[in-house]
Amino acid sequence: MSYSANFKDRIGRFVIYAIVIMLALVCLLPLWNIVAISFSSSEAVSANAVGLVPVNFTTAAYTKIIDDAQFWRSFGISVLRVALALVLNMILIILMAYPLSKSKREFKGRNIYMNVMIFAMLFSGGMIPTYLLIKNLDMLNTIWALVLPGAVPIFSVILVMNFFSAVPKALEEAAFIDGANPLQVLFKVYVPVSIPALATVALFSIVGTWNDFFSGLIYMTKVSNYPLMTYIQSLNVNIADLLQAGTNSSELSNLTEISNKNLNAAKIVVAVIPLLLIYPLLQKYFVTGIVVGSVKE
Amino acid sequence: MKQGKLKARGRLGTGAMYHMMMLPGILFLLVFSYIPMVGVITAFQDYIPAKGMFGSEFVGLKHFIYMFKLPDIGQVVSNTLIIAIGKILLGTMMAIIFSVLLNEIRIKYVKKSVQTIVYLPHFLSWVVLASVVVNMFSLDGIVNQMLAFFGLENINFLGSNTWFQPLIIGTDVWKEFGYSSIVYLAAITSIDPGLYEAAGMDGASWWRKVWHITLPGMLPIILLMGVMSLTNILSAGFDQVYNLYNPVVYESGDILDTYVYRIGLVGRQYSFGTAVGLFKSVIGIVLLLSANQLAKKYTDRKIF
Repeated sequence: MSYSANFKDRIGRFVIYAIVIMLALVCLLPLWNIVAISFSSSEAVSANAVGLVPVNFTTAAYTKIIDDAQFWRSFGISVLRVALALVLNMILIILMAYPLSKSKREFKGRNIYMNVMIFAMLFSGGMIPTYLLIKNLDMLNTIWALVLPGAVPIFSVILVMNFFSAVPKALEEAAFIDGANPLQVLFKVYVPVSIPALATVALFSIVGTWNDFFSGLIYMTKVSNYPLMTYIQSLNVNIADLLQAGTNSSELSNLTEISNKNLNAAKIVVAVIPLLLIYPLLQKYFVTGIVVGSVKE
Repeated sequence: MKQGKLKARGRLGTGAMYHMMMLPGILFLLVFSYIPMVGVITAFQDYIPAKGMFGSEFVGLKHFIYMFKLPDIGQVVSNTLIIAIGKILLGTMMAIIFSVLLNEIRIKYVKKSVQTIVYLPHFLSWVVLASVVVNMFSLDGIVNQMLAFFGLENINFLGSNTWFQPLIIGTDVWKEFGYSSIVYLAAITSIDPGLYEAAGMDGASWWRKVWHITLPGMLPIILLMGVMSLTNILSAGFDQVYNLYNPVVYESGDILDTYVYRIGLVGRQYSFGTAVGLFKSVIGIVLLLSANQLAKKYTDRKIF
């Protein structure tokens, strides 16, 4: 190989590395900026002096959060909601995915159930009939309005179903011959070998319920019942209102709410921490889980 | 004989047990998915909450006719389509380019760190990311500071009907390209390495290998993902738009979902809102069924 080709190759490789790392930074830095803002003084934030390093480092915003009773109430509601939804989702996903992973011959009626699920995925009554149902069930302002409507994550059931159907038949037959019943086979054979798929759907469940603000917005009429994201969203609305109020930037920065920017930033950082804690634990599974489960040959 | 034994057991109760396992989930679906489907009847009524679904008067297609006559609806549908199609096209392109480039990264440590970072925004809520976006794109945000640095005029991204749609599309691509690259990366790794070696022997450059081996190798999955994304064409992303828009940009920002929420739920026009929602659902289901047929025909795979 000639020197020049080698040289060109190296330049090309360098360019590719540069682009990829730049893209990663573009994903990371805006988020990092919020962290820096949360640790800066409100004066520095109003003056737009904060980049990637906190200016006039202070934890004042965080000490203020500790006094914000509603923040912690909402935080607690979100934690409870995620826990309830996770347990319910996982039980239902596992129970439904197993029989559905059987063939039509092994499980009579399989296709009927499958069609019931697919139709529910395809067609929904929409926002308003669902709201009226929750209202008529007297679930407004209760945690159940945040948990029960999403009890069956159909996409996750299908994902786990595909994973289960790839489990070697011999394992199941051996267990049956040893006298196990389907429930035992499911929990002693299928669940242990399907950890990547189950971790993936668990991550979906946790992330989905933690991040959802909309059910809180429509099903909770009192702020004291808001889950965390709905509470934070209600704070953000102020910023949007400010933006429409004036197009003049100096006018905007004069408004006192803008100095709450660092407080809101801190609230966002605290709200994201739980996700950041579980993300690395589950990340190694979800790539396999998604690739195996998403497409049916 | 083994076969017969299993069959006998099946008759004794495996089937019944399977049904028992399905029962709780199916009950939840019946209550929380199927009962609201019955609720779409309200789209054909003048629904009055006090009278309920069975007491309200039937008015036929009144709300649908009203919907098609509204001056807003054309705008809302076109906003929805522009935003959704923009997201699909740019998002897919970006994810493909990124996965091809990332595949060239040989240093494990760099590759892993980059992946961890680019997947991250997907897992954050638009509530959180809206703050990030507002922070970047507001009048005194970093983007406008950069524009000023290059002597360009400030742009009020969040309050401009010209810039709002590009902003929505761009920030969605930013949030999702890493995550959607997962399937494309998987497709690349399943390409036979022998092809690259052979091409290398023939003196193919990096670009030629990408063009003649990698991209054709990814084509089935690209087609499949493209077909699948068709189904989202009427869901331009409620969470994102809702968290970023404001009355100034309703004109360019309102999509079907935000419109239903604003008119139907906040404005308490339940029947009208349900009618718009039903319109969206029906188009969506037609698209999904066609997409499944297309996928089966062209990629030999299907969605369900």
